[in-house]
Amino acid sequence: MAHSHDDHQHGSELSEMQLRVRALETILAEKGYVDPAALDRIVETYETEVGPHNGAKIVARAWVDPAFKARLLADGTEAANSLGHVSPVGSHLIAIENTPGQHNLVVCTLCSCYPWEVLGLPPVWYKSAPFRSRAVIDPRSVLADFGVALPAETTIRVWDSTAETRFLVVPMRPPGTEGWSEERLAELVTRDSMVGTGLAKRPS
Amino acid sequence: MSNTIPDMGGMHGFGPVVPEENEPTFHAEWEGRVHAMQRAMGTTGLWTIDGGRASLEALPPVEYLRSSYYRRWFLGLEQRLLKHGLVSDDEIAAGHSLRRGVALNRTLKLSDVQQPPTRGNFERPSRAPAKFKVGDAVHTRQLNPATHTRLPRYARDKFGRIEAIRGCHVFPDTAALSVANEDPEWLYTVVFDGRELWGDAAEPGLTVSIDAFEPYLEPA
Repeated sequence: MAHSHDDHQHGSELSEMQLRVRALETILAEKGYVDPAALDRIVETYETEVGPHNGAKIVARAWVDPAFKARLLADGTEAANSLGHVSPVGSHLIAIENTPGQHNLVVCTLCSCYPWEVLGLPPVWYKSAPFRSRAVIDPRSVLADFGVALPAETTIRVWDSTAETRFLVVPMRPPGTEGWSEERLAELVTRDSMVGTGLAKRPS
Repeated sequence: MSNTIPDMGGMHGFGPVVPEENEPTFHAEWEGRVHAMQRAMGTTGLWTIDGGRASLEALPPVEYLRSSYYRRWFLGLEQRLLKHGLVSDDEIAAGHSLRRGVALNRTLKLSDVQQPPTRGNFERPSRAPAKFKVGDAVHTRQLNPATHTRLPRYARDKFGRIEAIRGCHVFPDTAALSVANEDPEWLYTVVFDGRELWGDAAEPGLTVSIDAFEPYLEPA
């Protein structure tokens, strides 16, 4: 079953799609609907600028600054945008905090809604049928697929992104990081820890 | 369409989640082009984000399942371009424009994308006070529209509780049909006990929430 997931890339699809996509872009450009230079810039933005490092900065700030954390949990959009150095966040970012008692997991069962501005584009697994189907009914086994085993007493809350709200998980700060700078802490905040399929890294 | 393959929450049989180490943003050059074309053509304002989702729901189920994510995006975009008369079948077959393009109100310019994009805001002024308040017990309606909806099947005809009011937002069910139909509705985070959704065998202590528009809900 390891290769049965629906987003598996087949060589035949690759060549077929290269040709079809190139043809469509040619038509759209010839008609003046798109500017290929603007398309280049969009691709470059997502490959180089927008990514989980933005969310990691938000989480690291929340770990060191209780007042910021309170703002973030009250209004994620406002708090994230107040940092200035991260990508501007449109409406409507909701930050949710993991605790020893409750672990949060984010999914979009209907499509692939994901907080692009703070995490970048979603990985293939987030958009795949196995994740979308199982996260809401059997989240603990989904976490096991990521090598995450929560204590039995930690309950799981799943957030299905069914509207234009977007969710950012604030993972628990790992022990042994007292006195660390925000920059150093941010390196422990993984993409998966902000979706809820992982935990923040432990200091090595 | 709503009762379709994309509404897959709670289904069995798709196998394990397989994370990829050091995954690239795009797995092939064409994926990035599809992503960018989708964004660029979205700025024409001819369809809404939910109109886009509806076009993926309209893909034949087997086509949806056998396609990668960006192949679905491509197929949906192609369908919307054809439906709105922006391109024609003979042009797609030829791989070139065969006639003059239609006039568009807006197109995406290079100057529009110098900065990383900010996502659109879907909040709108309310037309009426919110019917529910935090803590209210609610029941999700048994809805099976042949058109687009954001109420997943697993969360229909279930009892839950209002946990938060998220404001008044564009209503996807109508906005999917036309850009003129924003019909804003109150949006709530509704939380369900795992046993209400999945029965007694549910993961102990599990709770699941959806963000539900007011027309999906009735007092419990």
